[in-house]
Amino acid sequence: MPKRVETVVLHDSSMPAIPGAEKGGNFIVTSLETLVGQARANSLWPVTFGLACCAIEMMSAADPRFDIARFGSEAFRATPRQADVMIIAGRLSKKMAPVLRQIYDQMPEPKWVISMGACASSGGVYNNYAIVQGADQVVPVDVYVPGCPPSPDALIYGIMKLQEKIKRGRAKTMSDLRLIELNPTPQEVMSV
Amino acid sequence: MSLLDKVIKPLVDGMGITGKRLGHEKETIMYPEEKREQFERTRWRHVLTRYDSGLEKCIGCSLCAGACPARCINVVAAENTDEERYSPGERYAARYEINMIRCIFCGYCQDACPTGAIVLRKDFELANYDREDFIFTKEMLLEPIKEE
Repeated sequence: MPKRVETVVLHDSSMPAIPGAEKGGNFIVTSLETLVGQARANSLWPVTFGLACCAIEMMSAADPRFDIARFGSEAFRATPRQADVMIIAGRLSKKMAPVLRQIYDQMPEPKWVISMGACASSGGVYNNYAIVQGADQVVPVDVYVPGCPPSPDALIYGIMKLQEKIKRGRAKTMSDLRLIELNPTPQEVMSV
Repeated sequence: MSLLDKVIKPLVDGMGITGKRLGHEKETIMYPEEKREQFERTRWRHVLTRYDSGLEKCIGCSLCAGACPARCINVVAAENTDEERYSPGERYAARYEINMIRCIFCGYCQDACPTGAIVLRKDFELANYDREDFIFTKEMLLEPIKEE
């Protein structure tokens, strides 16, 4: 069972598995991990990196009306070396892909990736020779945000999902794996 | 004198602006707690609607799939029988899948639909962790039957 835990949850790019953590030991380490997870989740600094029109919505998420400063993400860092999260905002062309990968490699661990919008997540309408069909072919993506472009509140929802994931940290029991149940069921969505 | 002009006065002026703004109405929408009112024609998550009788409006004609510029809709139609009736017409959608991650929410499917079955509502909270979770099946899209 624990093996399965690692394969399912540690899709999270920043969390390498520590052997023995699931055996119930490491009490102090796991408590500290929770604390560290809280700290990391509440100051996610994105790298200033806009590829296309989604970047406009990313910028307006930082404005006073939506204000991602409330989530500790207002500091768009102009260098990847000071950033925690990369928001891939826009279509990723094949020419841009090595650049994106290099910027990702320059970010210090732990690092996360939000794929914002239809084009970054899957190619969207641009199913052609020039566009990478999903940024996860180049970098590991943690959260996908659909939309064309996602409105600032949809992006904030994506950031909240990422925070949830970081706070959860490494899965220790099977109940930590209930990722799907955290999502609203269609009936709940319908009542909105 | 020069200290007063160069340091104190600008400070007082600056704080004056801050003080004036203190009384202003707050601009920020406290998103998770309070949601902003979406515009009237906002298009987000798709819903397959039903008639009041509980029958599905979708007749499985695949016009939405044809109109979709991103080619993210897959419709497989099947024949209605008298024992198993899903829609008033001859055919119904046995499978109806939308790839939410490829969809650009243009609303062409809504325009193309002859029965008004597919509509784009205003629920925007669609972000998720895995690609697989973005294939919305008919069960997820279909409106629950209204209970009287």
